[in-house]
Amino acid sequence: MSAAALAAARVCYPGRVVGPIDLSVAPGEIVALVGASGAGKSTALRMLAGLEHPTEGSVVTTQSGRTGFVFQAPTLLPWLDASANVALPLELQGLGREDARARAAALLDAVGLGGRHAARPRQLSGGMAMRVSLARALATDPELLLLDEPFAALDSVTRRRLIDDLHALWVARAPRTAIVFVTHDVEEAAYLAARVVVLDSSTGQVRQALPMPGGLPRSPGWRAEPAFREAVERVAAALEEAMA
Amino acid sequence: MTRLLPALLLLLALLAAWEAACRLLAVPAYILPPPSAVLHALVDKAPLLLASAGQTFRMALQALLLAALIGVGLSLLVSLWKPAERAVSPLMVALQVTPVVAIAPLVLIWVGLDQADRAVVILAAAVAVFPLFSGALTGLKSADPDLERLFDLYGAAPLQRLLRLRLPSALPFMLEGLRVAAGLAVIGAVVAEFVSGTGATQGLAWRLLEAGNRLRTAEMLAALLCLAVLGLLLSAAVGLVEGWAKRRAR
Repeated sequence: MSAAALAAARVCYPGRVVGPIDLSVAPGEIVALVGASGAGKSTALRMLAGLEHPTEGSVVTTQSGRTGFVFQAPTLLPWLDASANVALPLELQGLGREDARARAAALLDAVGLGGRHAARPRQLSGGMAMRVSLARALATDPELLLLDEPFAALDSVTRRRLIDDLHALWVARAPRTAIVFVTHDVEEAAYLAARVVVLDSSTGQVRQALPMPGGLPRSPGWRAEPAFREAVERVAAALEEAMA
Repeated sequence: MTRLLPALLLLLALLAAWEAACRLLAVPAYILPPPSAVLHALVDKAPLLLASAGQTFRMALQALLLAALIGVGLSLLVSLWKPAERAVSPLMVALQVTPVVAIAPLVLIWVGLDQADRAVVILAAAVAVFPLFSGALTGLKSADPDLERLFDLYGAAPLQRLLRLRLPSALPFMLEGLRVAAGLAVIGAVVAEFVSGTGATQGLAWRLLEAGNRLRTAEMLAALLCLAVLGLLLSAAVGLVEGWAKRRAR
């Protein structure tokens, strides 16, 4: 039983082929996808979301259809305030405006934006806008949450806070939501994920799937543990090998 | 005011030089009247010029509204149904490259020679429609691809996508198209009135023709001045709408 899976999924672009990728995500699991730029990480994520169809192979998306997606940029509608942006998926799926806004307000509170419900995207910092994007992805109570390098553009302090917040949100929702996220940051991958999947830089195939030690949820001092540092080194070495 | 001062000073200097040149060189008034004569004509013919400016403004505005209705309407249709783009776009380009003077006689015949103002509105709309169609279509296609994917993810219906994503994304492009079309509507109205040549419309173009036929150059320049002010007013009005819409959109 998996939340979503790719089975020998291959996508042919003009002049480039990604895959075949085999990847299965268990319910409630956190998986990190790492690899060189162009290895096919985002393609894999879009296939899991049902936004891109494989040329060959198959994709199993969530049974409930409840999938959340966070893009690299916050991708908010600039003409809507934070609350309306978060309520958008619910309203698109037919929920009444009042109910959708009430749920959006609770989600904004949960991501630490209690006082910014009426703020437009241009009035928010990069970290705040990403929190709104995260709240929007959680609006439909997703079974699978996909994040495509969501913290890449943020400064290191904001990034670490958001990683901790994402971890806390997952703990609060466990085991309802599986998370698959793409990252270039090996520490981020080793800290958040239970399993780090390394994609080959030229073929996009899965080179290694590394289970991370320590168990989830992470303890507050996990980043300082020797086992964590060792896991980071293992992921870095695997990534280097995949990019060679 | 400080920003306008250099432009105002230059304008005053040019007018003074023009006035002095006309007087010192004794230029005949039917060739180039001095600015004082133009001002005199402007005051003397003010009621007539105002009425004509109002008529041209009304026709240009009607043409702009008609062009907006057709241009934006067609772009919406095309954005919702792909094959329509291949059908509509060549026709729009053909309309854009066909000179208004070439189709004016036909339009006059079709709407009736006694309905010259209607013909002027249709011809001016034909001139103004392309930037509105093209701007709206470009805008409707300009939505962020990741937002399009987001709407895919949540299974948005075509109408939801149009109303909640594509139309708001297209607004700046539509307003830019409206700004260009406003100028073209005035030009189109004047050219169409020239071509219709019946005097039935009594707009500023007719005032220009009438004064030109009588070699009343000062009156021609006064009518031209009114036309320039009319264009500026329409452009400013569109600018106000644009500013309001952009403030709301941000």
